[in-house]
Amino acid sequence: MPEFQQFTLNFGPQHPAAHGVLRLVLDMDGEVIRKADPHIGLLHRGTEKLAETKPYNQSIGYMDRLDYVSMMCNEHGYVLAIEKLLGITPPLRARYIRTMFDEITRILNHLLWIGSHGLDIGAMTVFLYAFREREDLMDCYEAVSGTRMHATYYRPGGVYRDLPDAMPKYEASRWHSAAEVKRMNTSREGTLLDFIEAFTERFPACVDDYEALLTDNRIWKQRTVNIGVVSPEQAMQLGFTGPMLRGSGVAWDLRKKQPYGAYADLDFDIPVGVNGDCYDRYLVRIEELRQSNRIIRQCVEWLRANPGPVIVDDYKVAPPPREKMKGDMEALIHHFKLFTEGYSVPAGEAYAAVEHPKGEFGVYLVADGSNKPFRVKVRAPGFAHLAALDEMVRGHMLPDVVAVIGTQDIVFGEIDR
Amino acid sequence: MTPRLEALAARLGTRFGSQLRIRPSRVGEVDCEVDPGQLLEVARALRDEEGFRFEMLVDLCGVDYLGCGEGEWNSTSATRQGYSRAADLREVIVPDPDQAFEPRRFAVVYHLLSVSLNQRMRLRVYTGAGNPPVVPSVIGIWRSADWYEREAFDLFGILFDGHPDLRRLLTDYGFIGHPFRKDFPTSGNVEVRYDADKGRVVYEPVSIEPRVLVPRIMRDDNRYMADLKDKPDNA
Repeated sequence: MPEFQQFTLNFGPQHPAAHGVLRLVLDMDGEVIRKADPHIGLLHRGTEKLAETKPYNQSIGYMDRLDYVSMMCNEHGYVLAIEKLLGITPPLRARYIRTMFDEITRILNHLLWIGSHGLDIGAMTVFLYAFREREDLMDCYEAVSGTRMHATYYRPGGVYRDLPDAMPKYEASRWHSAAEVKRMNTSREGTLLDFIEAFTERFPACVDDYEALLTDNRIWKQRTVNIGVVSPEQAMQLGFTGPMLRGSGVAWDLRKKQPYGAYADLDFDIPVGVNGDCYDRYLVRIEELRQSNRIIRQCVEWLRANPGPVIVDDYKVAPPPREKMKGDMEALIHHFKLFTEGYSVPAGEAYAAVEHPKGEFGVYLVADGSNKPFRVKVRAPGFAHLAALDEMVRGHMLPDVVAVIGTQDIVFGEIDR
Repeated sequence: MTPRLEALAARLGTRFGSQLRIRPSRVGEVDCEVDPGQLLEVARALRDEEGFRFEMLVDLCGVDYLGCGEGEWNSTSATRQGYSRAADLREVIVPDPDQAFEPRRFAVVYHLLSVSLNQRMRLRVYTGAGNPPVVPSVIGIWRSADWYEREAFDLFGILFDGHPDLRRLLTDYGFIGHPFRKDFPTSGNVEVRYDADKGRVVYEPVSIEPRVLVPRIMRDDNRYMADLKDKPDNA
């Protein structure tokens, strides 16, 4: 029988561990990777080109669909770039709401990451746990925006509306008895802020559960310790940001270094790894879950105490309130112009970046003085990470590729755009 | 501009002189232009020298400035029939494949980040009139340029001299054209469907009529002049 030593292996695009539509062409030597060539673009929708054909506000919804597990953070990057060009600052309450939802989004993202990363390398249970908590956070999304995922909630100048005073409740049905519904609704009796606070109270124990399942788990450590090691210099050369950079020991977080939203007023810590392997990045993200929880609690407290406007009082950019339109001609005209033509952004170029759960999400906006962006470039964190896949998996075994894809927290919506 | 970035701009001015032209920025960012021939030298200095230390290339992208600042609808003057219709105005540009480009049509924009000094800057290179546009590759300076340059090549047709593996990245295998150029229609040139008789997927010219829902309208607006603006309540 002839022995095949060198061969090429096609991985994906329809592979559950490919996290979407990644096609990898692997040059193998036995079970060892010699070279990995990711083929991407299977989810390329031309978001940036589409944004050039629409008024500014109509592209906010597209931003949700880039990284579709951290929706509001994408929106935040985009609206920050527009605000920078318009020279407007949202009211403080809007900045706190954004900060709170950014952190809710971070938890959403990291929960999906821990679930799917665990599933990829052999831990089934944590996936089910993580999705149970995600459900509550998606209810928060739904309460403010009406949708569970693609919220389109942030607007240039603030957020679309204030936090609701009541949470939607379950109703008794064939599947849920009245007693059961009463139990399910216990945390939904108050406002959205009460609901979020109740979540933050039980969430640290949930993180403890995930850690109990994974942190000292022998199989988990065998699959992640010393896999995909990246040195700090290498990480910066390769354009890594977010937990991928912090896992290598570089204390870089835009929330601390170049604060936006309300982060400058909040108290939180930045976890940093030591070895730069998959296990360290896991520890970093787990600690980020706890820190996000801490930030949310501070935001809830502040938002309870400080009512106020949530969007700028400039009708050229933000729609006037409904009541005002009923009696005020000017307001009606503003509303009409805003929803047909949009607003013109004065010519200029701006780059705005946020600390997205996956890294630095940047939006480079070229405005030419019209009501549509002239060019939008989305700097997606996952793009740089996936580009370095070859370097990270070279010399590793085939199953380690799956661990590295998992640790990079890849989502194709943002990579392919 | 923050004092920090002003200091950076001053350092850039003294170190590079005429090699680097600092462009005015309305939003307080450091935005510089460099000639393609000097890109590599400047980029290397920006990465290595004290006071710059841009060890990270955060983003690289192409920009096509064709038609920048042109509206699709004349909203300032009208005839007796009223205002013009925006949907009729835009003529279709058929590019001549051999024609030289406007020298300032294509630009490659680099966003640099210094983690150690916590500063950012933007560097840009105009490709000049050459067709196809060519720019030296910075892959030897920042390895993260690899896929960014492949993307810019794919979407804009900008060639990066010295890139070891300049293949298409985002578009389909066998795709023709560079879709993010302004003269490439948003609806594309071909559409695909499954042909049951041939038993395979076939490519055909698009059947979609191009249409404009909201025209691109230029408005000269003095609202945004900083001195005319009201101060935000909580600033």
